[in-house]
Amino acid sequence: MCDGYLTSAPPYNFALIVRGSQCDKKAVNSQRPVNLDLRTIKLPITAYTSILHRISGVILFVGIAILLYGLDKSLASEEGFAQVQECLTSPLAKFVIWGLLSALLYHLVAGVRHLIMDMGIGETLEGGKLGSKIVLVVSTIVIVLLGVWIW
Amino acid sequence: MVTNVTNFSRSGLYDWMAQRVSAVVLAAYVLFLLGFVVCNPGLGYAEWKGLFSNNAMRIFSLLTLVALSVHAWVGMWTISTDYLTPMALGKWATTVRFLFQAACGVAMFAFFVWGVQIFWGN
Repeated sequence: MCDGYLTSAPPYNFALIVRGSQCDKKAVNSQRPVNLDLRTIKLPITAYTSILHRISGVILFVGIAILLYGLDKSLASEEGFAQVQECLTSPLAKFVIWGLLSALLYHLVAGVRHLIMDMGIGETLEGGKLGSKIVLVVSTIVIVLLGVWIW
Repeated sequence: MVTNVTNFSRSGLYDWMAQRVSAVVLAAYVLFLLGFVVCNPGLGYAEWKGLFSNNAMRIFSLLTLVALSVHAWVGMWTISTDYLTPMALGKWATTVRFLFQAACGVAMFAFFVWGVQIFWGN
């Protein structure tokens, strides 16, 4: 079965977006243009919140190493703790920590929305768009607050 | 078409559930730790060390490490099967994807062991 959806704009001009490529020929008359290049499709707001969720997840996966390193050092000894504190006063370290924690907070907010949607709330097209806007607004607020707290 | 022999549990539904359950554990840990740091502005080494020496905290931390391992694997697997496909990479897609997933698995295992050393070794 096709695991995708059709976006129909004016008649005879539509793009088929699919996960996997085995069903494009069946779904669309082969004479019609098929557009599978995400870079050329105007994405809805829900697509942006979704891709940001993925990007923030990858950033966090890499960031685990930095967080574990800092935690290791801060717990190993009193000098290590002081070193981590000292390091966190530099603008570069503050920026890195702010970036990492921003990814964490965005991922958290977008993840909570997923759990809410799993309960059946906000699953319609309109609900999905509204949910995406709420995610962007809430995460922007907490990320700004985080910046204020760090600096 | 990407087959799913490499996913966490060989069941999409189980992976879906594992991702959600681990997410709740991770959220609880993150909120607790952020709350602790925000509520203790002049945090010193003794308090910091004391928090992580507490047995309940050690159990919570280890639970979070397990949840993190599961969550990261499901997430990185999902991303690799969505983007590292024959459509994007041609005939080498399976090799590239396998190597990427192997690297993620090794990295996550290293993070897990390192985490255990930090939480239970110090």
